[in-house]
Amino acid sequence: MIEVKNLKKTFGDKTIIDDVSVKMDSGKCNLIIGSSGSGKTVFMKCLVGLFVPDAGEILYREQDFIQMNVQEKKEIRKQIGMLFQGSALFDSLTVEQNVMFPLNMFTNDSHRKKLKRVNEVLDRVNLEGANKKFPAELSGGMKKRVGIARAIVLNPQYLFCDEPNSGLDPLTSLVIDRLIKEITLEYKITTVVNTHDMNSVMEVGDHIIYMHQGLKEWEGTNKEIIFSKNDKLNEFIFASEFLKDAKDMRMLEMSGKIDNDRNMDDIMNNDASFMNDNKT
Amino acid sequence: MRFFTEFGRYLLLIKGMFSRPENAKMYWKEFMHQCSEIGLGSMGIVVIISFFMGAVSALQTAYQLTSPVIPRSTIAQIVRDTVILEFAPTLVCIVLAGVVGSKIASELGNMRVSEQIDALEIMGINTKTYLVLPKICAALLTIPALVIIAMGLGIWGGRVAGSMSGILPPNMYDIGLLENFVPYNVVFAMAKAYTFAFLISSIPAYYGYHVEGGSLEIGRSSTKAVVVSCVAVLFADYLLAALLLND
Repeated sequence: MIEVKNLKKTFGDKTIIDDVSVKMDSGKCNLIIGSSGSGKTVFMKCLVGLFVPDAGEILYREQDFIQMNVQEKKEIRKQIGMLFQGSALFDSLTVEQNVMFPLNMFTNDSHRKKLKRVNEVLDRVNLEGANKKFPAELSGGMKKRVGIARAIVLNPQYLFCDEPNSGLDPLTSLVIDRLIKEITLEYKITTVVNTHDMNSVMEVGDHIIYMHQGLKEWEGTNKEIIFSKNDKLNEFIFASEFLKDAKDMRMLEMSGKIDNDRNMDDIMNNDASFMNDNKT
Repeated sequence: MRFFTEFGRYLLLIKGMFSRPENAKMYWKEFMHQCSEIGLGSMGIVVIISFFMGAVSALQTAYQLTSPVIPRSTIAQIVRDTVILEFAPTLVCIVLAGVVGSKIASELGNMRVSEQIDALEIMGINTKTYLVLPKICAALLTIPALVIIAMGLGIWGGRVAGSMSGILPPNMYDIGLLENFVPYNVVFAMAKAYTFAFLISSIPAYYGYHVEGGSLEIGRSSTKAVVVSCVAVLFADYLLAALLLND
């Protein structure tokens, strides 16, 4: 579990994170959502120690990460895996060498044992047989999966994913989202995902934190978010008319006015009156 | 004011390099890789420059020594001392500042921009130790070796040029080489080589490590790294000459 208390981060005169407190449970996908510039990336970088906050506490197993000495921080970092927005794979290394890198650095296992572990995690992310390929030869989705494999190879307790779906098509995004969710449940780790993709929110958002202008504006689950009364959150998630209509559909479904088995086209064509009623 | 800020950050980078390696074997591997990149990678250009540097030096010295009173073997002495004292350490290091410096700055800059350095930090690796220290150590090992090679090739270049142009027969060149040889000149040249090796590896490492932005900034930092390294080499050259050659 990660607990954040009254976190504050400023750059010059500008406050990026303002008094954010949140608890992130293990075995759950904790999503930080918000529009660009809302402070979610800075928040995540503070959590992993790439930025030093100006005030507040970040508790990993009830120990304040900010107050730890270099050695203690190193120990915590060994339990952290992170998937970066651009995957951050080492260009000059093959997939196998990329994934094996943390094992080479932090274990004294034999090469055979390390290779076995690398193949295990590559199989886990459905990349068996890609060992000898270089990052330049991989698609965006494959790079993300290698990034996930590298992040989990040391069996971390915490997994951080920064915009895991950026630059991916919807289908590949779904694959990555499901993979993150499965790994979270399988390894019982605390996963923190930074995203503004609403599909991800609905797919894997066990616990969602909505940030707006550096403040925690809303907190809840993917089941609650769609019915939230928070204006700023609604403005963010229902930015398009389509999503607004989709929400109306969902509400009608929930209230039993629409048969769940009917397809979307039927609903859009024939039940416009329901939607209009609901809007008014 | 900005100079002092940057100099302070540079010193912090140097200080930050000295920490216990997470895995000595991996650091050794990286060190050997850098030795190969910096040393062997620059060998070709050093060989070409050194040979022609010595050859041109011999021809131009002969052109200027028109007095019949001065023996022709003096040409060899001048070529030897010029190559050892200045050409091999300074000129070669200025060229290496371009070759090695831009490579180090762009490699680290690219790693910074593509978040590879962040990825290493999050793994719990001291990136200053893992990425910068092996480069500086490799430069300190290989660049003085390249300077020694440059000295030999420069002197040999002078011999070949003298012989081919008919200015100075090889036996006379060899006699001149042994006349009035001051071994301290080699010590001085090596002091310069070590100093320049440190400068042309650490300054680009600083600029590459602290890149902010995208590919445009990588290019800019790479250019800046080379320019600052060259200026630092010339400044250090003067400082060392003033300190170590002052009778």
